[in-house]
Amino acid sequence: MNRRPPIGPAVFVVAVAAVMLLPRFISDFRAQEFAYVGIYFIALLGLNVLTGYTGQISLGHGAFMLIGGYTTAILMSNEEPPLKLAGHLFTNDMRDIWTIPIAGLVAGIVGFLFGFPALRLTGLYLALATFAIAVAAPAVVKRFEHFSGGGGGIQLFDLETRTQSTSITDPVTFESKELGVEVFLGINIPSFNDWLYYLCWTIALVMFAGVWLLVRGRFGRSLRAVRDSELAAASSGVNLARYKTFAFGISAFYAGVAGSLLAIATTFVNPDTFPITLSIFLLVGVVVGGLGSLWPLVFGAIFIQFLPLWAQSISKSPGAPAVVYGVVLILVMLALPQGAAGLVRRIVALTTRGYDRVR
Amino acid sequence: MAAFFQQVVAGLATGAIYAALALALVLIHRATGVINFAQGELAMFTTYIAWTLTANHGWSYWPAFVATLLFAFVLGLGIQRIVIRPIERGPILTTVIITIGLVLVFNGAAGWIWSAEVRAFPSPFPNDTWNVGGVAISVQDVGTIAIVLGMVVLLWAFFQFTKVGLALRASALNPDASRLVGVRVGWMLAIGWGLAALLGAVAGMLAAPTIFLDPNMMQAILIYSFAAAVLGGIDSPLGAVVGGMILGVGLNLIGAYVDFVGADLRLPVALLIILVVLLVRPAGLLGHAVTRRV
Repeated sequence: MNRRPPIGPAVFVVAVAAVMLLPRFISDFRAQEFAYVGIYFIALLGLNVLTGYTGQISLGHGAFMLIGGYTTAILMSNEEPPLKLAGHLFTNDMRDIWTIPIAGLVAGIVGFLFGFPALRLTGLYLALATFAIAVAAPAVVKRFEHFSGGGGGIQLFDLETRTQSTSITDPVTFESKELGVEVFLGINIPSFNDWLYYLCWTIALVMFAGVWLLVRGRFGRSLRAVRDSELAAASSGVNLARYKTFAFGISAFYAGVAGSLLAIATTFVNPDTFPITLSIFLLVGVVVGGLGSLWPLVFGAIFIQFLPLWAQSISKSPGAPAVVYGVVLILVMLALPQGAAGLVRRIVALTTRGYDRVR
Repeated sequence: MAAFFQQVVAGLATGAIYAALALALVLIHRATGVINFAQGELAMFTTYIAWTLTANHGWSYWPAFVATLLFAFVLGLGIQRIVIRPIERGPILTTVIITIGLVLVFNGAAGWIWSAEVRAFPSPFPNDTWNVGGVAISVQDVGTIAIVLGMVVLLWAFFQFTKVGLALRASALNPDASRLVGVRVGWMLAIGWGLAALLGAVAGMLAAPTIFLDPNMMQAILIYSFAAAVLGGIDSPLGAVVGGMILGVGLNLIGAYVDFVGADLRLPVALLIILVVLLVRPAGLLGHAVTRRV
């Protein structure tokens, strides 16, 4: 009988509370940085479904983020009359929020379709194929200028409205509201950055719950079976093709949502918003967080968001921040080959040893 | 037609550089299953050593060349012993992430030590052309191809005819059995890293006279070499060389004759072609397909 205390749900409640209250204690600027952490967290959750659970290495998730980001940018920047649906006249802000799931779906469908040719490739060959996508995507975007704005990119918001910060969209009711006075679940939301923070983390928590539900049952077991032994999985009746393509699709959906949020957070997109290094550092984030883990990925997200900034604050001479970043990355990997998840597992094993003995 | 052959020879020369770096990737991948993202940055860093020796310390080219190769070998060996070996038994992806860390370290260090300024790098060959039946062939290109092919032959002989070479091959093929018959597998892996770094140094020093020396010089070349290695079959040394040559010539011809592609789309088009090749032959051109029915 399992006598362990219910750590999981308790931790989740504490985490939600911490996420909700954090902006009270940090500056506006920090709120924006933590919004980026939320965005990376979403992308890492998705990449982990593919790489950590299913064992398929992707070096191209920046490309799926790009698809999501550009979907949102193109939909938002189109000056069209307000959408009329079921008798309701929606404001522009309403449509802005709904571009996020659309962006996820577009990226997800592309990822799902990419999963079919990827079935023929394993290991490094798949890594190269996905890398090719990541390398090609920015150049392709530049090429189709009339659609994507070319190298100059697309501005998402009417810049004047945003800098004057007259109104924002409530993430729950989707109503446009005046800034500085609104209360969201008992918390003041005074600025664009705070709004961004709550938008990103609300979506991140929902998507976290989604992936948690997805991988804990039969589906997740099948994915892990594919990772551990394709032969054994297939002979136990797991349809390899179906699970791999679904993993690709889900993973790309998450990347698409993250890309859409990244576009909103930076308020514009151009090919340099989604460089090749983004794809590589997403993989870094997953390994630092822990392959096949879920909430420790937060540490991976914090790592890829804050370490570069911290390295830059240490030394200003050219090249030095990169050295600091690289050395810290290597040391972290040497100390924690299983990522933050490995450390967490060790700590949990130490603190609950007594319960295990009873069992 | 003469112009076409000129493009082919120039393509073979760049292809030779890709081949050298691709061979380095294959060496490490065969032994450990790791793709070394830092291979290009190691090559760049060692090329800077050669530059310092010739420009700041007054060495002539060939002594500096040999000294750089020795330095590269020791550097590769040292990296394997210090940062790769401790996590040998961890997940392969962890090792891959460490090589990404090495990319940052060496790229940053080069900028820190020598600044990001673009520098000229000496070439051992005269800036002449030979006229062969109406085709002007640059001596630089021929020299580049000759050096790389010479290195490949030397390496092949080393693996084929020396005891260390045999031990290297054995530990790549079956580490446990090799250990049982007394091969020091740990050191063999380190030597593999040393040889890979040495090959990279050759690639860097041959590329630098034409593309100039700066901390980011090897990044595009690494991508092409990665593509060449995969195209040839990531476990096949011969495949790496053939893949490098095919890629070099192919890219040159595409750049010269297909207007639509241009400079911006050269890399994506090359990668897409490789993708198509891989979908037809998933193990690469010269790789061994692992047969499975799943």
